[in-house]
Amino acid sequence: MANKGKVKVNKGVNPQPQGKKIIELIGVKRQFDDGVVAVDNLNLYFNRGEFVTFLGPSGCGKTTTLRMIAGFDKPTEGKILLNGQDISNLPPNKRPVNTVFQRYALFPHLNVYDNIAFGLKLKKLKAVYENDKGERIERIEKLSKKEIAEKVAKVLKMVDLEGFEKRSVSTLSGGQQQRVAIARALVNEPEILLLDEPLGALDLKMRKDMQLELKEMHKKLGITFIYVTHDQEEALTMSDTIVVMNDGVIQQIGTPTDIYNEPKNAFVANFIGDSNIFSGTMVGDKKVKFIGKTFDCVDDFAKNEKVDVVVRPEDVTLLDEDQGQVNGTIVSSIFKGVHYEMVMMVGKSEVVIQSTTERKVGEKVSVSIKPSDIHIMAKEFSSNRYDGYITKKNTVCFGDGEFECDVTMLYENSFLDEEGYLITQEGEKIDLTDVDVNVEVGLKNIEITDNQEDGGAVGNIVSIIYKGDHYQLIVRTDENEEDFVLDTEDTWNENDRVGVIIKPQDIRLTLKQEVKR
Amino acid sequence: MANGDIKRISREPIKYEAPAKRTLLGFSRKQLCIPYGVFLACFVVLPLLLIVFYSFTDSTGHISINNFVKFFSSATTLTTVIISILLALATTVICLLLAYPVAYILARSNLNKGGTLLLLFIMPMWINFVLRAMAMKDLLTMIGVFEINPYLSVIIGMVYDYLPFMIMPLYTVLVKMDKSLIEASQDLGASPVRTFFKVTLPLSMPGIASGITMVFMPTMTCYVISDTFGNGLITIIGKLIDEQFTTFQNWNLGSAMALVLLVIMLISMWVTGGFKSEDTRGTNL
Ligand SMILES: Nc1ncnc2c1ncn2[C@@H]1O[C@H](COP(=O)(O)OP(=O)(O)O)[C@@H](O)[C@H]1O
Ligand SMILES: [Mg+2]
Repeated sequence: MANKGKVKVNKGVNPQPQGKKIIELIGVKRQFDDGVVAVDNLNLYFNRGEFVTFLGPSGCGKTTTLRMIAGFDKPTEGKILLNGQDISNLPPNKRPVNTVFQRYALFPHLNVYDNIAFGLKLKKLKAVYENDKGERIERIEKLSKKEIAEKVAKVLKMVDLEGFEKRSVSTLSGGQQQRVAIARALVNEPEILLLDEPLGALDLKMRKDMQLELKEMHKKLGITFIYVTHDQEEALTMSDTIVVMNDGVIQQIGTPTDIYNEPKNAFVANFIGDSNIFSGTMVGDKKVKFIGKTFDCVDDFAKNEKVDVVVRPEDVTLLDEDQGQVNGTIVSSIFKGVHYEMVMMVGKSEVVIQSTTERKVGEKVSVSIKPSDIHIMAKEFSSNRYDGYITKKNTVCFGDGEFECDVTMLYENSFLDEEGYLITQEGEKIDLTDVDVNVEVGLKNIEITDNQEDGGAVGNIVSIIYKGDHYQLIVRTDENEEDFVLDTEDTWNENDRVGVIIKPQDIRLTLKQEVKR
Repeated sequence: MANGDIKRISREPIKYEAPAKRTLLGFSRKQLCIPYGVFLACFVVLPLLLIVFYSFTDSTGHISINNFVKFFSSATTLTTVIISILLALATTVICLLLAYPVAYILARSNLNKGGTLLLLFIMPMWINFVLRAMAMKDLLTMIGVFEINPYLSVIIGMVYDYLPFMIMPLYTVLVKMDKSLIEASQDLGASPVRTFFKVTLPLSMPGIASGITMVFMPTMTCYVISDTFGNGLITIIGKLIDEQFTTFQNWNLGSAMALVLLVIMLISMWVTGGFKSEDTRGTNL
């Protein structure tokens, strides 16, 4: 059929499907051959045009998540939907997604132009023509040389690298390589741009500049950006949505403001900025006890529930001694440019304070905290932890009591000789008397008895919470108000006085520090 | 002051002075180079000069280019040169075609954890060369390939002997290749096949070049294989040179032949060097 009279109707990528959700991960898990679970049970979706950041410490599974979206890794469980269609088994070259790699991954055998044009030369387009009889003809076409040159020129201008076309990539600086990598991905007009710590290798000044430029590009192009970083400041300044991850699990998803002001748990609070995080207990209606004092707060939690309390350093008001809610001593003070960052000791707890007035080290001061500045988060309470020490008889003292224990678990393959010294794997002899240890006891491993003298410690039941199929009890000692939290199926009454029994093998001991030999 | 008490007068950082010259056991760097220089002069430069001298003189010691005239006018010698080049070319191409997939699989697969599988492939290199050739010959005789065609059996013998020299440099470039480049190519829309031709293959050029050098040049001269496998029917240029020196005692013609061979090799090196880049380092054995 003659070409004459054909009118080009449409040449371009398939029109973008409507609908807000662009990508959705459903129950995604990735387990490697060696058994490592890099990410587990990811459930999330992003909207078209969002700037999303995965934030978390190194090794938390950010790269793995990104690689699954790009197609380099396949989920071992769950699925990934792009515009509502399952793409879990689509190879990377068929996905409308492009990646800016952590180490740029520019092709060393190609110059800047050919690096950027790489994707364009491969791109296949569906073109529709109409002839004079009104019939439509579909054809698969490629971009012409001229179209490619125009696109490359445009993107080079955007990343500020005009005139670099013929340069070999190995002659470029880190920042320039970075720009080429961004250009090479963006020129393909992907639906989603993936960026894996793209600014990690740049110096601070350049990183700040690139952050602004990337944000600028995002605004201009309207492409969905999925960005990976371990830098909380970067995440807070650039993103529309932040996904905080730890150990392969999502900790919180929200806007930067949400995440900064309302962290969901202690990990997020700690990771997202300098925070005071205290272990506390609810002692009444909107009353929480931490650092040895009871404070009013605005969050409602059940009485006696163990909680994490987050207080931002800038929300702590510094006052003269006895003027505030709790007294303490300044132990350090550093000038941070606009304010002083000071640490006040209250008993064994440190409180970080930011203030424009300086207090000298050693000065006795007082602080107060507004109820609305006390953020309370439910604590995942999975085990009791105590500070303890080993006695001469190789028992352990903690929680206002003394318990039989197995000290050989402090050293692998060790045993006790007849005199009670510990012999290590290497045959060394260690005297454990008065050695400080961390003690951990599971909730299910604590038993209580009416015969108080049978227990290693004695206390009163201060709380009983029914948890569906069992009760969670708190036994509090008199002397130092130490708590034993335990799960039991038996019924007890509040205020019963009981002895606490723990089997030696259920007391997990670890050394606070290496013992001198 | 009590007995044994001392008083500090001053304390300051120790100042170090740069030694006049870096030395090892009292020899300067220059002096340490002398043995190497002597070695080079005795065993490389001098023989080369001798070859050049012999090739441009006749048996009486007079300057002449007769040796070269004789070389290039003799149909048998020229045929030998051409046969040598063709045999070497065939061997190199077959080695490359066999070695690339092997190296590729070894570099990529999980089976080769710690290089054990690679070891199996290059182990034959450590067995005595003549022994290896003899064993292969017996094997070929046994299965009957030997009678078909002497050229075929020579090529089989050469490929067998030189394959590891091709695998090694290819394996080295492939194993060192940045995997993220392959991923980048796929990310940009290239299918696995395209990725191979547009990224993997171009990036393994340095390995291919050193593999070719290491196979092509020795196969031109190594007449042990052609003798063993060719049933005495095939002469290659290496054999010709040997005969001039030993059988005919014509050192002048022998030297001229060696010089021509040297030039051929330099040319072939220059050709393959065309796609060698600076990161060939470490790809040679
Ligand atoms: N190919 C792999 N094989 C085995 N374990 C891996 C592999 N890739 C990553 N991991 C492990 O998965 C976890 C998450 O890694 P990664 O996603 O790279 O973290 P991040 O990018 O957040 O630093 C780490 O514990 C890492 O060791
Ligand atoms: Mg990473």
